[in-house]
This record gives sequence, structure tokens and C-alpha cells, in this order.
Amino acid sequence: MKIRPKALLACGLLAAAVVLAAPAPMAGQDKVSGDVVKIGVLTDMTGVYADLGGQGSVVAAQMAIDDFGGKVLGKPIQLVSADHQNKADISATKAREWFDRDGVDMITDLLNSGAALAAAGVGKEKNRIVMVTGAGSTALTNANCNAMTIHYAYDTYALANIAGKQIVKQGGDSWFFITADYAFGASLESNTADVVKANGGQVLGSVKHPLGTTDFSSYLLQAQASKAKVIGLANAGADTINTIKSASEFGITKGGQQLAALLVFITDIHALGLPATQGLLVTEGWYWDLNPETRKFGQRFLAKFKSEPTMDQAAVYSSVSSYLKAVQAAGTDESNAVMAKLKSTPINDVFAKGGTIRADGRMIHDMYLMQVKKPAESKGAWDYYNVKATIPGDQAFQPLSKSTCSMVTPAK
Amino acid sequence: MRSVPFQALAGQALVGLVNGSFYALLSLGLAVIFGLLNIINFAHGALYMLGAFGAWILLHHAGVGYGWALLLSPLAVGLVGVLVERTMLRRLYRLDPLYGLLLTFGLALILEGLFINAYGVSGLPYEIPEWISGAFNLGFMFLPKYRAWVVLTSVALCLTTWFMIERTRLGSSLRASTENPRLAQALGINVPLLVTLTFGFGVALAGLAGVMAAPIYQVQPLMGSNLIIVVFAVVVIGGMGSILGSIVTGLGLGLIEGLAKVYYPAASSTVVFVIMALVLLIRPAGLFGREK
Repeated sequence: MKIRPKALLACGLLAAAVVLAAPAPMAGQDKVSGDVVKIGVLTDMTGVYADLGGQGSVVAAQMAIDDFGGKVLGKPIQLVSADHQNKADISATKAREWFDRDGVDMITDLLNSGAALAAAGVGKEKNRIVMVTGAGSTALTNANCNAMTIHYAYDTYALANIAGKQIVKQGGDSWFFITADYAFGASLESNTADVVKANGGQVLGSVKHPLGTTDFSSYLLQAQASKAKVIGLANAGADTINTIKSASEFGITKGGQQLAALLVFITDIHALGLPATQGLLVTEGWYWDLNPETRKFGQRFLAKFKSEPTMDQAAVYSSVSSYLKAVQAAGTDESNAVMAKLKSTPINDVFAKGGTIRADGRMIHDMYLMQVKKPAESKGAWDYYNVKATIPGDQAFQPLSKSTCSMVTPAK
Repeated sequence: MRSVPFQALAGQALVGLVNGSFYALLSLGLAVIFGLLNIINFAHGALYMLGAFGAWILLHHAGVGYGWALLLSPLAVGLVGVLVERTMLRRLYRLDPLYGLLLTFGLALILEGLFINAYGVSGLPYEIPEWISGAFNLGFMFLPKYRAWVVLTSVALCLTTWFMIERTRLGSSLRASTENPRLAQALGINVPLLVTLTFGFGVALAGLAGVMAAPIYQVQPLMGSNLIIVVFAVVVIGGMGSILGSIVTGLGLGLIEGLAKVYYPAASSTVVFVIMALVLLIRPAGLFGREK
């Protein structure tokens, strides 16, 4: 093909025009990258945690976008979602693809600690915001903290510090742990053991089980033989469900031992039913039946999805809505500016009142000690908790002074 | 390693036997299907799940209790099996068994996907029926009556099945039809019907195991896929297709796994596969299998 001089000239002019026009957005005309604000829900769609986040998290994020009006700074807001399959490598790959290729501005949810730590690492590298609502590991705001990660809903420290501490105070001063054999289980067990010892209790032993065990009767018999007053379950999801179910079958609770399921979501209670769970003390960051506002949110959610929102799904809603407010306030979707607004603006919505995001990325908000209702007390499906106590955020979470996050510990 | 008092050990052994009886029941169905029909049925776990859901649906939508579910649910699962055999598996008999494996594996994924979509992954509770709830106090342990019932029933079922296939006229025509279909047909045996019924029966056993598992475990879509790999290992160790082998190995491995949970819990999920590897190295046809 022959190149005509006229066409060449046209190309040259066009290129010059582009170069000349380029500084314009820098001058303040267009501060939204790609003319769209993109939010990614990275979650577990089909695995063991799918019920507490999964498609429900996508619904919650869409509700937050709709409530915001679908646009921010005059630009459309777009929602994308993907399955991290509870695997760190898949989570990291997806996050990288979203940030690099698809122009995603913020990622939320992340149900498994390994997947969350991986995505947070990519966020740090690409300077993009990651708001973790589903995973529990305190590493997110300690050893692995970074300027772009926010840990939103709960963590293993708070779980141990609330239900764990309360059980010790009520006389449950000797513990045996049944622990899921991976990062989250180990973190939850060690946090809880610290709380038990600090409050004058003792740990008599523990047993680690592989993730995804079907039959827990053997571990329960070991726990029974230990004669500990409290059997602490440092596991989650299907593992917790199976342990609780076998415990009631083997008469563990009738024999005078108490179960402490350290991480339970309302969907787990729903799956197990009240006869097997009544009386359990549970730490929650949110419940649909706290006040008229949460009830209204619950009803709206229930109309779109098959369950009441879990703490995680409500937190996804809140994280998306806080993010959009921060973009609005910053006047741009540039990560550093948005993060500065996020950390300086209190969060007041259906999830949290007066919530604040600390320097280490920890979102501080009220937590709740719940007791599971007796079947006779419950008015029907999803009416499962009595609120035993509201724990102010500054008492629920790890104090900043104890944090090992490099952003808050002064350089020595 | 830790020292465990004898009494606690007896309890653990008993718990292991309970799990073993599930393995035995499930691997028995697989062994019947493989031994007689040469089909590697990867949908076995999904059909076990179907049996459990059958019991749950009967109870919650039709008010039909555990006793009847024990009969109706396996029948329904058996019918599903017959349908699958007639419409799909039949077309693959002339091909390598691998094709059957792929087909049934796909079916399992579809079934599980459908149930996850309808019921979620956390599953549904199924209460232990009143008449068999409670427990025996054995002194050294607290044995739930339901678990005792599971062990006794599955051992009885396994032995009956073995007897039927190895020692009755029906069983011998069945074996004849698989060893030499043409000859059997010439002798007046309806081979295709027998094959369909055998598949239905093997699958119904999985459904029955599902109903029995429902009150112990959560009724959930992935309950079968958690178990199926171990069950396949049991079949391989016992000797592909050996009925007695699958029964003895199922119970034995349940026991070994139970003890691993006491002495070295981290190995409990792998001990079965270590044994499988060893058996394959030393006796490739399995403990009870015959080399062809």
C-alpha cells in the first residue's frame, strides 16, 4: 500500500491536536479515569462462603450504586463481579486484570483471608483501593497493612475480644479449641487464647482439622475428654456448621460443656436451625433487626435476594456507598485523594454510625454480642438473635497502640 | 503423638466405624456398577446428595417422615439412575469406560450446580427422627442411637447385597450377563433389562446412604463431592469391582481415618490416599481384586 502525502499530513495534524489537547484534563475538566467509576465485587460465588457473600454481595453493591443515583461527578458508575474461588492466586490475577485492563477503581468483599491478602497486595502495587469486608485476618491491618487497604467489617481480634471475653467472664474459664488448619483458624485461635489467658482463664488443648472436614465427632470426643468448660470453634462456614451439628448429637452441651462458635454468620444459623444453635453467643458487626433503618434495608434486600443480608453483605453496601461519597467529596476518582477523604470522613449509614477509618486501615464501628434465640422466642425465619450488648468500636477492635502496621509504628 | 487412654480410643474407633459404614455403603454401589457394568460412575456422590435432598423435600413439602423417606427417596434416585442409563450411558457401552466417567462427572457438576442455585451452599438442617434420637451411655462414651442404627443398617445392607449377587440365581444370571452378554441372551436372559436394573440398584444404594446421612450431616449440595474421592479410593484399595472388598475396605478405612484424627489429625484427610498409593504399588489389583 502506498501512503499518500495528504493522509500523512492529516495524521500529523491529528497527532499534534491530541498532544495539545492532552493537558486539558489535568487542568480540571475531567477527573474521572476512563469517564466511568468502576467498582469490582470479588467474592466466593460457589464455594463454602458463597451464602454469606457471593451473589448477595453483588446485589448489595448494586443497591448502594442505585441509592447514590447511578452517577458520581456526572459520570456513570459501573459494577463488575468475579469469583475468587477462595484461592489467593486467582484473587491476585483477577485484581491485576481488573486494575490494569478494565480500569476498575475499587475492589470490595473478598471472603477468604488468603484471597483478601493477595488482592490487597495487588492494590498496594497498583495504588488502587481495596475494601475488605468478608475476610477476618488481622494481618490486613498489621504486618500486611498498606495505604490502599481498608478492613471494613470485623476481624479475628474483635471476634475473640467480644464473644470470647464475655464467655470467660461468665465463668467459662477453661478452653479447648477445634481449629481449622489454615491462616484464619490459627489467627482466630491465638487471638482468642490471648483473651482467655488475659482474663484469668486457661487453654487445656487444641486440635487442628483439615479445611472442609465432613465428620467432626472424633474431634468433639477429644474436646469432651479434655473436660474443658468451653469448646472454642476457630473455624468458619460449613466446618462450623458440621461441628455444631455433631455436638448436639453427641450431647456435648447437655453434658455441661459450652460451645463457642467464634465466627458465625446469620446464614449459618439459618442453615443449622435454632434447635441446634439456641443459646450460642455470637459476635456480629451488624444485624438486620437492630433498628427501623436496618429493618427497612433488610426488607429491601430480601425483596431482591433470597435471604436477609449478612454482616458481610451490609458491609459491602456500606463500603461502596462510602467510597462513592468520598469520590464525590474529592472531586476525582484518583486513589490517594479518595483515600484521604475516606480516612477523614465519619461513616454514617445503615451499617455504621460514626464509623471511622483509622490510619492502619481498620474501620472502627460498634460491634454486637448476640445470643441465638430459643425456637419458641423466634417469630420466624431470620428472627434469630437477641442483642446482649453493644460494644463501642474503640473497645471492640485492637487498639492502634498495639498495631504492628508499619504506617503507624514510629520508625526507630 | 499423644497418649490416649484406652476408653477414649474405643470411642474413637466406634466413631470411625460409623464413617466407615458410609464409605462401605457408597463404595458398594460403585463396586456393583463397576464390577458388573464396567461404568465408572462419577455421579455417585451427586446421587447420594440427591437422596439426602429427597428426604428433606419429602419432609418439608409433603410431610413424609424419615421412615418412608428411607424407602421413597432411594426409589426416586434409582429411577433417576434408570433414566440416565437408558437415555445416556447406554450409548457409551461400546466406547472406552473413560467416556462414561466424563459423562457422569459432567452430570454430577450439573446436578450440584442446580442444587446450589436453588438451595445455596450452606445447606438445610434435617432433624434426627424422634424415635431414634438420644444416646446410649456406654460408660466409655456417649453413643448416639442414630449412629448405632446407621452402622447396623449399612452392615446388614452390604451383606444382603453381597449375598444376592454372589449366592443367588438372580445374581448368577447377572454375572453371566456381564461376563458373556451374547451367551446369556441366548439362554433367555433379558440382558439390557438386567443391566438397567443393576445400575438403578447401585444408584439407589447411594440414595439410601444419602437419606441415612441427612440427619448426621447438613443436607447440602456439595456433600457428595466431599465424599466421592475418598469413596473412589476405597473402591481402588478394595479392588475395582470387588463387592466384599469394598465392604471390608470401607469399614477398615473409616477405622484408620478415625484413629488418624486422634494421633495425627493433620494426616486424617490424606491417610486414605497414602494407603491407596501403597496398595497400588504392592497389589495393583487391590486387596480383594483379581488380576485380569
